[in-house]
This record gives sequence, structure tokens and C-alpha cells, in this order.
Amino acid sequence: MEVAIEVQNMTRKYGDLVAVDHVGFKVYQGEIFGFLGPNGAGKTTTIRMLTGVIDPTEGSATIQSHDIRKESLLSRAHISVVPEEANVYVDLSVWQNLMLMAELHYVTRDQRVHEAGRLLEILGLTERKQQKARELSKGLRQRLMLCAALVTGPEILFLDEPTSGLDVESARLIRQIVTDLNQKGLTVFLTTHNMSEASEMCSRVAIINKGRIAAIDAPEKLRLIISSRQYVEVHFADTAPDHIELESLSDVLQIDSNKQSFRLYTNVPGRVATEVVRLSDRRGMEIVHLSTGKPSLEDVFLHFTSEREEGGSR
Amino acid sequence: MTVYREVQTWRRQIHGSLVIFKKNALLYYLKPPVLIFGVLFPAFFFLAFKMGRSIAAENVVPSMVAMALWFTASAVGPLVTPWERRAKTYERLISTPVSLRAILAGDILSGLVFGTCLSVVPVLLGIALTDASVASAPLLIAGIVLGALSFSSLGVLLAAPPASSPPNIMLLSNLVRLPLLFISGIFVPIGQMPVWAQWIAPLSPLSYASALIRSGFGHYTFFPIWLSLLMLVLFTVVLYLASCKFHTMWLSRGL
Repeated sequence: MEVAIEVQNMTRKYGDLVAVDHVGFKVYQGEIFGFLGPNGAGKTTTIRMLTGVIDPTEGSATIQSHDIRKESLLSRAHISVVPEEANVYVDLSVWQNLMLMAELHYVTRDQRVHEAGRLLEILGLTERKQQKARELSKGLRQRLMLCAALVTGPEILFLDEPTSGLDVESARLIRQIVTDLNQKGLTVFLTTHNMSEASEMCSRVAIINKGRIAAIDAPEKLRLIISSRQYVEVHFADTAPDHIELESLSDVLQIDSNKQSFRLYTNVPGRVATEVVRLSDRRGMEIVHLSTGKPSLEDVFLHFTSEREEGGSR
Repeated sequence: MTVYREVQTWRRQIHGSLVIFKKNALLYYLKPPVLIFGVLFPAFFFLAFKMGRSIAAENVVPSMVAMALWFTASAVGPLVTPWERRAKTYERLISTPVSLRAILAGDILSGLVFGTCLSVVPVLLGIALTDASVASAPLLIAGIVLGALSFSSLGVLLAAPPASSPPNIMLLSNLVRLPLLFISGIFVPIGQMPVWAQWIAPLSPLSYASALIRSGFGHYTFFPIWLSLLMLVLFTVVLYLASCKFHTMWLSRGL
């Protein structure tokens, strides 16, 4: 697979504070790469370095084989950005905003007019074309931001928390459009706090914590790393065994309970489920619900981020 | 191949500067701080200067033109960057394939056009309403254009400190612009100023622009024409390079 973004030992310091600490990763052409981390972990700083807004203190990175420092303009010609804390020009109309971004990216007149019209249609903004951006709601402005990023015809799209604080409809529309464009070959670098969004959209994710990469892999594979967070969920009808009884079953590592419901964490959920059924047979108890589950991406995220915090490992 | 790529890069950056100029003209020319500090200020200063004094009206015209140019050309620059920072549009702008140098050149161009266009008003009013006449159009035009260029560069430099509040930068810009106004031979010809002021006057670009504009109207000037032309070009280059340096230095702190 061809590499779209390659980062090597990239570091950014602000005085004594190390915001990003020797991170390294590759993003391949045509993938949606998730970049996850708690607040202040270094996600936005990483994006700002890759998009040429700030320089790395150490290390290097390339975008479509162009060094972000030595060939900054060439590397920026391949990308578009929707920054987290950004806004459109509220005193310009929807159409003027799009034309401005396209012109800054040197898109020809015919192409920008054609693309802008097409994107406005897809994002449901055609009727608001002449409206001033200040008259748009937050959701519509975010759609316009995405539209302005896409009208430049980027090969790589950087999205920093694109659906944060949006209404359900706008968030879903943005996810859908990004996924569709990705299927047509667009490479996407996505930071998000929404784990289900990352899980649903990203082919690979990196988890960054305190400026360092804690893990990089496909969401499925990351889930396997913490196999101890697999679980059996059981809900009993009237009477339920007590906590100690369930804990004594072999291979159960931890139990969370809520009245008649229990979640038993284990490495071998199938075996524990069988044990639970046997126990309920022996005791004549009725099981209303029984299921097994894998850890979510959120569990993986918490595992990597809290582990580092507890261990204080930097 | 390398030369071709260089030419392409230059073309794109010049195009980028023109797009920035267009954006600034659409967004900032009619913003209240630009109108207050760029148009009302010089009008009030003119009235304060002229009223109650027995100066021939035609002698006031070059000063009026120079003062209007000073305020208008340097009014746009200090507003643009802080406004963009506050409106959260700055980060996206600097991640486009337009270099910061080209963006700043576009900002300077915005001040140049704004100042040059508005300075036409006192020129025309002066010619129409007083006995003032243009003795040398090339000198007058050179004074206005080079003056606007250097004043606009100063304005862009003043926008470099990492403040996201436009009023703070406007305050800073007035702290610089107002004292320079008084030592540049606008109200009192440089030759008649105290010796200490005559030593400071060469540090202000307004002194040289004022000299060229006076020459354009056929008045005596303290500085020779060649020196005024040279100094205005020098001021523009130095202020532009300083703008590039300080905007780059404070870029991340202003996000």
C-alpha cells in the first residue's frame, strides 16, 4: 500500500511542556485513520504540525512524499483541513466562502463553480447559497466547513472533531459523506472523542496519550489486545445467585452487578456462559437474557489512557 | 524544470496574495475600526489643525493628503490578523497552500489600495476647493503609492503580537501612529521643528511620503526627492521582512 502520510519522531515542545513526544506512524492511501486521545493528549498539535500551521521542534513528516517543512507549500497543496476550533467567514455568503477556499487552493474557475454546486447539493445547502454564513446554525456551518474543505479537491482530508456538538442529522450526514468519499479514494485523518464513530469509520486507529502513541492498529485487533475485557452478560428473572457465587466460577476475572443483572469479565466468555447456565439449572433459576461481548473501542481507549496515567509512564 | 517550478510557485503565491486582498476588501474595508481610525481620525485631526489658524487653505492640502494616507493605509493591517484569530478563521487560512509571506503581502496590498483610493478624496477636494494645484503628478503619485505601501507594511507589522482582540492591537497601532504624526512635518514643517525633533523625523516613513506629496504640489521639502523615494522603498522592505519574521514567531501563540 502507498503511504499518504509518514511521521517520524515528530516532537513539539512549548517551553518545558512536551505536547507531542517523538510520535511516529504511517497513514496509507485511501484509509480512514483515527487519531484518538483524551483532551490535551496532543491530537490537535499533531494535526497543526502536519497541516503546516506550526513547525515540529524535532522529527519529520511527509505528506504525499513532500516534507512538511522543506516543501511545505507542496505538501499543503494535497490537503484540506477542518480544524476543531475553526469557523467559516461569517460575513461572507455560503457561496463566497466556498469560492474563497477554492481560489486559495488555485482551483480553476470552471472546476470550482462545478464542484461547489455539486457539494452544496450533497450537503443540503443549495438553497442557502446566497445566505450569509452568520445566519447558519452550528450544524449547517460545520457542513459548510466540510464543503469548503472538499471544494479544493484534496487527496487527504484532516478532520479535527468534525461532529463534536452537532445535531444527530448533521453528524450522520457528515459521517456518511466522509465514508462515501473515502470509498472513492479520499484519505482521511480523523480525530474524534466519539468512540463509536471511530469504530464505525476507521480502518485503523492510533491512541495518543500525553503526547505519545500508546497503540496503533485496526479497532478489531486492538480489542483483542485486551481480551480480559471480554464479558458474559446475564440477567436473571426473580432470584439471582449472589455475587460471591458467581465470582467463584472458574475463569471469571471481575464482576459488575446491578440488581438481577451481572457482567462477568473473562478471557473465555463461551466457557463462563456454560458455567452460568449450569449454575442456574442447579439452583432452578430462570435466565431472562444471556449474551457474550467483546470490549468496545472505548474500553480499549480507557485501557491505554488510564494505564499510562496510573503508571505515570512517560 | 526547477525554473519552471519556481515560476509556478511564484505565480501561485501572487495569485494567493490577490485572493487575500479580495477577501480583505470584502470583509474589512467597512469594519467600524477601519472607518473610525482610517477615515474619521484624519478628518478630525484636519479640523483641529486648520480651525482658528490663519494658514492659506492651499498650504494645508499636502498635509491633509499625507495625514489621510497615513491613517487609511495603516488602518487595515492591524485589524485583519487579530480579527481572523478571534473569528477562528486564521488557522484554516494558514493551512492553505499560500505561504504566510504571500498572506502578509495580500494584507499589505489591502492597505495600499484602501489608502491610495481614499487619499484621492482630499486631493480632489483640495484642488477643487482651494488654490492648490498639482505641480508634478509623478511625484504626487509616487508619494501616495510608496507612502501607502510603507504605511500599510507598518500596519501589518503591528498586527503581529499574539492578541486575539482587535481593540488591543488598534490601541497599540495608535500608540505608534500618533507620535509619529507629530514628528513627520505634518503640522509644522520639519525645518521649523526643534532640533531634537529634526533628528527623530527621519525615523518616520511619513516624513518622506509627506516630502514627496509636498513636492507633488510644488512645495518646498526638507528631504531631497531621491532620498524620500529610497527611504520609502527601504521602509517597505524592512517592515515587510520584519512582519514576516514576527508573524511567524508569534503564529502558534496566537491560535
